[in-house]
Amino acid sequence: MKLHEYQAKALLAPYGVPTPQGEVARSAQEAAAAAERLGGKAVVKAQVHAGGRGKAGGVKVAASAREAGEVAEALIGASLVTAQTGPQGAPVHSVLVEQTVDVARELYVSITTDGGRKRPVVIASAAGGVEIEQVAESDPSAIITEAIDPAIGFQPYQGRRVAAALGLTGGQSRAFASMLAACHRAYVEKDLTMVEINPLVVTEQGALLALDAKVSLDDDALFRHEAEAALRDESQEDALEVEASARGIAYVKLDGDVGCMVNGAGLAMATMDTVKAAGADPANFLDVGGGANEEKVSQAIQLMLADPSVLRVLVNVFGGILRCDVVARGVADAYAKADRQPPLVVRLLGTNVDDGKRILAESGLDLTLVDTLQEAAAAIKAAG
Amino acid sequence: MSILVNSESRVLIQGITGREGSFHAQRCIDYGTNVVAGVTPGKGGETFGGSVPVFDSVREAVEETGADLSLIFVPAPFAADAMLECADAGIGLMVCIAEGVPVRDTTTVVRHIEGSGTRLLGPNCPGLISPGERAKVGIMPGNIHLPGKVGVVSRSGTLTYEAVNQLTELGIGQSTCVGIGGDPVSGTGFVDVLEQFNADPETEAVVLIGEIGGTKEQEAAAYIAERVDKPVAALIVGQTAPPGRRMGHAGAVITGKAALASEKVRALAEAGCAIIPSPAEIGATVRGIVGSK
Repeated sequence: MKLHEYQAKALLAPYGVPTPQGEVARSAQEAAAAAERLGGKAVVKAQVHAGGRGKAGGVKVAASAREAGEVAEALIGASLVTAQTGPQGAPVHSVLVEQTVDVARELYVSITTDGGRKRPVVIASAAGGVEIEQVAESDPSAIITEAIDPAIGFQPYQGRRVAAALGLTGGQSRAFASMLAACHRAYVEKDLTMVEINPLVVTEQGALLALDAKVSLDDDALFRHEAEAALRDESQEDALEVEASARGIAYVKLDGDVGCMVNGAGLAMATMDTVKAAGADPANFLDVGGGANEEKVSQAIQLMLADPSVLRVLVNVFGGILRCDVVARGVADAYAKADRQPPLVVRLLGTNVDDGKRILAESGLDLTLVDTLQEAAAAIKAAG
Repeated sequence: MSILVNSESRVLIQGITGREGSFHAQRCIDYGTNVVAGVTPGKGGETFGGSVPVFDSVREAVEETGADLSLIFVPAPFAADAMLECADAGIGLMVCIAEGVPVRDTTTVVRHIEGSGTRLLGPNCPGLISPGERAKVGIMPGNIHLPGKVGVVSRSGTLTYEAVNQLTELGIGQSTCVGIGGDPVSGTGFVDVLEQFNADPETEAVVLIGEIGGTKEQEAAAYIAERVDKPVAALIVGQTAPPGRRMGHAGAVITGKAALASEKVRALAEAGCAIIPSPAEIGATVRGIVGSK
């Protein structure tokens, strides 16, 4: 789960991460008042989950409180289209109004868990303010990494080592090490999967300041972080994906026209690849899960049909815990309820497959039953 | 003719009295697995299925029954505790099925068992099965498997069933099928399993099924190039997934360049693997490599 910048900063600040003075504002009046309290001149930043806000016009410097109000007026209620949002953009419901800062240096620092090393890793670079992926590609030697042993946690010497590699000395080295330790404490205590400060700036006055901050929480750990779970902003996510997730269905909207309903993430990806290999494009990733019942299968199909770009449907289920008769009833139920019935290709295998096929045959649905992935691909092609 | 589990394995099931635990415990027993004990705190003294004694703690179960392998059906929020209890009791292999274990919990457990005699498979995995040994320690449908000489290792659950089904349809049996799980941090990896398959005299070829995200397939490729002398067929799924999106498996998100399907396919091809061109051709590709080296 992603947080907004203002939420991320509010989460990190109590741990000892220095952040600029600022306030979140949900209207032009609030923004102007916030700028007034900062002395008039301020930065106004659109709060959306996507990156690339600066280039998209979502971050502006206002010379006065009145101008801050005008900038907020233009941003709030609009959609911000950045390189990461897609053409529909992300809705802006609030702005962060912050003090302006005289920047001497821009650094990059983040913590995430590395599956290969099986532990959290600090990633840092003296090239801050740009996409770290670009730095990693163009100049891998500019990336500093420092793995953290989960048994003992982050150690002060590691902070000094990263600081030295970034060219920080004296008081700045100490401030950096303490800030990194603070990030790590937050990372562990709040079950974060990522904390990224980009840029971390050194001001003209020599202080360190987290000018921007991104934080992601582990969805699987939200059960023990009620306060943070309540910060979820569903307006930043695809409406169908939000609905699917509320029903325990893993769904990701894609660009094609073949709706795919599958059990299991690996088989779902394999099914999408098969569709692609047949010269068609999947409209979605959909894993209905192992413990689905008839109602959940029906909801999954209905959810898929709610996407107008779905023009043909492929159901591919390898029954294990999930029984094929349950799937067949769910599919038949969804098609009976739907206001449109796009061509349907069904492949059932595993537990209770014969019952499943019989139920579909008796349902009177116009569908193509197939046995292998090859046949599924051919049938989808023929339905296009 | 198997790795990690055989007919001699003394299997303990944690969470045996729960809904999922009892359902799958019975299926493992029906398949022929040597299930010697169950553990559910507070239910010690009961019996499962008329013959399997249930204990309050893993330590008691190990002391009383000599259990050496544990299949864990404890729900995700409590899985770390169950795994640590298992390690404390000196269990050799623990298999954690639960999906949704917090990354921090898995990281803690994996670090704790580093260098110990306890190995972890999972979490978020289907488990493992050795058909020739009639030993099933997981949630896979037993009846699709056929005893034989091909080892299967995969990050996925149902896709592993698909692969096994294609092999069995062609009459190609399996020595052991291992699901290592779809989480970003997990215990046993591709390399550990490849090492075992390579050393197992009864395994003649290996099928490796990977997916987008992470660098596990590249590590496997490096190991195959250097150490594995048996033929390996490899499939990578997720070629059509868009970058930056999580595809159900927490691990299946494309981040860096190494996480791309194309990069993984390239690494495995360079390591000498037979690349399975599409998920529909797993069986056919394996038929082509069996006995080819």
